[in-house]
Amino acid sequence: MAEQNCLVTNDWICGEYLRTRSQELIDATLEHVGITVVSVVIGVAVALPLALLARRFRFLAGPILGVTTVLYSVPSLAMFSLLLPFFGLSVSLVVTGLVLYSLTVLVRNILAGLQAVPEEARDAAKGMGYGPLRLLWEVELPLALPALLAGVRIATVSTVALTTVGAIVDYGGLGTLILDGLDTTFKAQVLTASVLCVLLAVVADLLLLGLQRWLTPWTRARRTRTSRASREAAVTKVAEPA
Amino acid sequence: MNAITGAWDWLTTAANWEGERGVWHRLAEHLYFSGVCLAVACAIALPLALYLGHIGKGGALAVNISNVGRAVPTLALLILLTLTPLGEHGDAPTLIALVLFAVPPLLTNAYLGMREVDRAVVEAARGMGMSGGQLFARVELPLAYPLIMTGIRSAGVQVVATATLAAMAGEGGLGRIITAGFNLQNTPQVVAGAVLVALLALLVEGVLVVAGRLFDPMRR
Repeated sequence: MAEQNCLVTNDWICGEYLRTRSQELIDATLEHVGITVVSVVIGVAVALPLALLARRFRFLAGPILGVTTVLYSVPSLAMFSLLLPFFGLSVSLVVTGLVLYSLTVLVRNILAGLQAVPEEARDAAKGMGYGPLRLLWEVELPLALPALLAGVRIATVSTVALTTVGAIVDYGGLGTLILDGLDTTFKAQVLTASVLCVLLAVVADLLLLGLQRWLTPWTRARRTRTSRASREAAVTKVAEPA
Repeated sequence: MNAITGAWDWLTTAANWEGERGVWHRLAEHLYFSGVCLAVACAIALPLALYLGHIGKGGALAVNISNVGRAVPTLALLILLTLTPLGEHGDAPTLIALVLFAVPPLLTNAYLGMREVDRAVVEAARGMGMSGGQLFARVELPLAYPLIMTGIRSAGVQVVATATLAAMAGEGGLGRIITAGFNLQNTPQVVAGAVLVALLALLVEGVLVVAGRLFDPMRR
């Protein structure tokens, strides 16, 4: 019975919990990762055309940035609840909410990245006979990539944290374990799931940083400029929704 | 869309606005939590950030704190605090969590605001013989004002949003209407609560924007 002690005494740190419930923790972590990845991928897929529209048509830039910013200030619990009549208690509800939140950061960063593409680079490509699509794909997007990926990093880290609120509809990954742990005052479960959640955010951030370095080797030569640009992009909104 | 007409019915039923669990009481709780915590967070973060910005040290601290804040799930921290001995003191976990989450945007924005003041302007002011204190009060602070206000606005919205989550940890506030609706499987109530919370968040954002403009020292 000795090894059961920490479950019985309800300790914060409990090896026995990790051993007996590892499958539950793995499942929750995988759900968490799945929801985050799907949300960020859809977020980028939606934000990119929005950013292109905002750049192409000046009069759309204000409304697009305005609406995504307004969405950003809606509390997460309210956002998920407002989507309830449309999606019911489902994982698509959580994903939709998270996508809406990621749009603010992503659209702003992609737009900033595209606008920072030097005019000479654009002119040179045009002079070489690049059409608009080829110009976008081969010149503008690669040059906007550092800012875009900086946005993806911010969006990913806050999405990992926000996914926990999905626990209200039972699709919160580790958040579901955290909320269950509150109901049963199961301390080891709450602490373990919380720590895993923070670790997940840190690992995701490091992976994306690695991806950014790998994809944009040319930025390392002039680190100071890009890191300042991405920092400025990040500064426009330093808070995250809760 | 029964839920939407249902939510309208819920909102227009006078009984839902009265009493201990009514909207007015929850709104008062929400504003009380948010107001106290924003004030405390400002009192902690602003003097520190402005001082660090003035002497030009601690930039890594100010920026990293905001990055760490992003990675910590609000809900997890709230629930962790609730399960500690603090949880026996009613509102304490909520108040502490709200203050902790309001500090990063305040700190980062105020610091960067101070640092991004044009160095040439600062040098000119110094050349005119201004002391450190005068430089701070008459040059740096007015020029940093817009970013400081952005920080206060972010923190304010953040606090209002986090106060909603407090309901999931069993505390009061408008979020209670939503979580109670979930427990009763009453979708109209959930939506009605969500509308109220969303409106409050937007209203707070709007009020802080207007206040920021009104008190702008550079306003003409």
